[in-house]
Amino acid sequence: MTASISIKGLHHTFGAFQALKNIDLSIDAGEYTVLLGPSGCGKTTLLSILGGFLVPTQGLVMIGEKDMTQVQPAKRPTTTMFQDYALFPHMSLKDNVAFGLRMRGMRKQARHAKADQFLELVGLFHDGNKRPHELSGGQRQRVALARALAVNPDVLLLDEPLGALDLKLRRSMQDELKAIQREVGTTFVHVTHDQEEAMAIADRIVVMNAGQIEDQGAPDRVYRRPCSLFAANFMGEINQIPAWREQNRLATLLGHPPIAPPDSDAEQWVACVRPEQLSSEPREWSLGTATVVNNAFFGAHYRCHLRSDKAPNLTFVAHFPPSHEPKVGESLALYVDPQHISLFADTHVKEAVA
Amino acid sequence: MAPAVLWTLAFFVAPFTIMAAMSLASLEGRELVWAISFDNYHKLFTQPFLTKAIWVSLQITLTVTVISVLLAYPLAWIIAFRVPKRWQRLVLLLSILPFWTSYVVRSYSWLLVMSREGVINNSMLSLGLISEPLQMASSRLATVTGFVHFFVMLLTLTIFANLVQLSPNYRRAAVDLGASSWQAFRHVILPLTMPGIMVGAFLTFVLCIGDYITPQILGGNNELTVPQVIMMQLGRRGDFPLASAMSLVLMGLVTLAYIATARWLRLDRI
Amino acid sequence: MRMIQWFYLAVAFTFIYLPVASLVLFSLKDGNLPLPPFEGPTLRWYQDVLSDSQLMAALGHSLLVAVSSSLVACTLGFLAAYGLARHVLPGSVFMRGLLIAPMTVSYLIVGLGLLIVFNQLGIGVSLWAAGIGHVVINLPLCFAIIYASMGAQQQNAEHAARDLGANEGRVITLVTIPMLAPAILAAFFLAMTLSWDEFVIAFLLTRFEVTLPVEIWSLLRSGLSSKTNAIGSLVFLGSVTVVLLLEIFLFGRRRA
Repeated sequence: MTASISIKGLHHTFGAFQALKNIDLSIDAGEYTVLLGPSGCGKTTLLSILGGFLVPTQGLVMIGEKDMTQVQPAKRPTTTMFQDYALFPHMSLKDNVAFGLRMRGMRKQARHAKADQFLELVGLFHDGNKRPHELSGGQRQRVALARALAVNPDVLLLDEPLGALDLKLRRSMQDELKAIQREVGTTFVHVTHDQEEAMAIADRIVVMNAGQIEDQGAPDRVYRRPCSLFAANFMGEINQIPAWREQNRLATLLGHPPIAPPDSDAEQWVACVRPEQLSSEPREWSLGTATVVNNAFFGAHYRCHLRSDKAPNLTFVAHFPPSHEPKVGESLALYVDPQHISLFADTHVKEAVA
Repeated sequence: MAPAVLWTLAFFVAPFTIMAAMSLASLEGRELVWAISFDNYHKLFTQPFLTKAIWVSLQITLTVTVISVLLAYPLAWIIAFRVPKRWQRLVLLLSILPFWTSYVVRSYSWLLVMSREGVINNSMLSLGLISEPLQMASSRLATVTGFVHFFVMLLTLTIFANLVQLSPNYRRAAVDLGASSWQAFRHVILPLTMPGIMVGAFLTFVLCIGDYITPQILGGNNELTVPQVIMMQLGRRGDFPLASAMSLVLMGLVTLAYIATARWLRLDRI
Repeated sequence: MRMIQWFYLAVAFTFIYLPVASLVLFSLKDGNLPLPPFEGPTLRWYQDVLSDSQLMAALGHSLLVAVSSSLVACTLGFLAAYGLARHVLPGSVFMRGLLIAPMTVSYLIVGLGLLIVFNQLGIGVSLWAAGIGHVVINLPLCFAIIYASMGAQQQNAEHAARDLGANEGRVITLVTIPMLAPAILAAFFLAMTLSWDEFVIAFLLTRFEVTLPVEIWSLLRSGLSSKTNAIGSLVFLGSVTVVLLLEIFLFGRRRA
């Protein structure tokens, strides 16, 4: 019903292209894990390796304490929900959901009863005799989910499952996926490039880039204290303030942030602050004043672009409470609490910004 | 659009209508007499050589269709899934290249292969596999071989096109859910390629049953197909009414084939 | 299992190429009968073919009929597709059916129908008649291919052009035709191939000036002959060259 996953020293190459480099990852049984990253980062390759559709060039894949590295997809306790759903168009929904049970030799009556049960789980109990082409995108997605779950896998792999849905449907399906995962208790591994989706759904987020894991952990931790500049950027909007070492202190164009200089040889640094952590109320570190360039109302906050008065090359994005509307041209003092500053060596800033 | 419709009306619908009317006329001596009589159709079922021609045509066409599908499917499969991607187009192109032999010459070239002193008999004799040359040309075997050769290429093309446009995830999903390779093929891939098979099979049926050249060159004179009989009526006797009636029968057979395969010819659903 | 598959591929290719290979091989044989054992090689049968004025005339007729009937079929097909795709007309489903109908009928029947009409009207058969017959069989194909490629994207581009001030004529020449060029070319070449190789309509509808397949047919009446092999090989090699050139330059580039 559920199993842990452990990946050790995984490498994978396609010809000369190194798709995955030295991946180590452990996922607890029953956890909802999201592999998050831009396209081409290797997240889908990793999912295919978990599903058994690819044998990794090097490394070990353990599912439920058993070595599965070389095992065929059919013999694994995993099932995959494909990006295009791959519902069999010539079969009714019921036959689709019952397919895996049929392959296991279950009799027609028994497997149809089980299929009904899973169609009910996804809210399509009354549509069992329809064909996939009669369904909307969201409904197809549910059938694919029911079909993958009907064989009681230990691990369910979801390849961009919500990619084809429109935004509103996506948000409601996220909640539903999470609820279903709680109900069945199966380990879910879900691939996406949508950071909001990852935050909404995951127990654990694994941020990937260029075939490597950049950061992994609980969503709030990865968002608030990311381990790398890439992860910081990918998890949401962020203000980057260039910094450098000056004797024993850290210096920026806006003065000295009250944080200990890092214990490293790097010369150039970036201090990162999320837009909602910039405040016009006094906090420990003052960034001086900045002029509001433009401003838009987002319901829960005003989102403003500001230009620093002290260093006009620096612009900020800040979220201000909806109670007070910042006026364009107004000059505001900006502050931040040092615990909300993340500091990274400036090695691939350009890459990350681009 | 009007010109195309007018063209079709003038050069297809009108001749066809006249032909249908002609099939009800009759021939007295060399004189054509317009009338409404079903004599010609009656003849089809009472004159043994006409009835036999219909049977022969049907038998040959069905045999050819079935054999061609059975031979072409594995070939299309191998090209689609076993041949490396970068060679795929080349192998496919090569496998249908003899398509562009002149139609008349294609049947003729089977004569070179199958005649009494032809390539097959010659090689088998010199290898000592047989002591007497086999009688292969001028037989139904030769006709069927000639047809199968042509239609294997056609079907390979339609089935290949169907196979490669299937998402590879169908197979993956089946295997992922515990299907063996055979089960994945039997329950998923084969039903999903039925449209490709049926489009090809229908084309095979239409082209095969209406073909005059292949049986004329390869079939010998033991048995005649419907097109051969039609051409005989035109050439030797100038019996246009009977030829017209037989043509309509040919059309009737094609319509039956269409009804039988119509379920799969609707490609929109897949 | 892998081995069986490669073996099958090899057997299939042998079957597919056996007659063509025999055809080409024995066209080079120095002897009258194109049957084993092989002697030669010689090119004299090719010389024979190239100096046969009747064959060369038939070749010319075939090219003429193929090119002109394909041009007409493509033009009519394009106009019909454009009209049906752009304007909602009463009975357009019926007209589509009517235009496609000849595709479902054997060539023999198309030829016979036209032969009856020409006979009844007292007009003799000729290359013209054969050309008309070829347009009848190719029009549905050209129409279907071009119609299928007229999608919404195409229509939006036309709207955009009109919106930017192009008149109807310029929309067709500057937007519609260039966008549909691949489909139109594909339709044209397919029609040409079919016309070039068509036998039964040409056989019924020509008398004194005949097309190449009909001329070859009359050569066949004299039985197996190395000269027939030579003309067959020439047609095959010529067609294959054209197909390969098209594949490389026309369709290959689009994919790349």
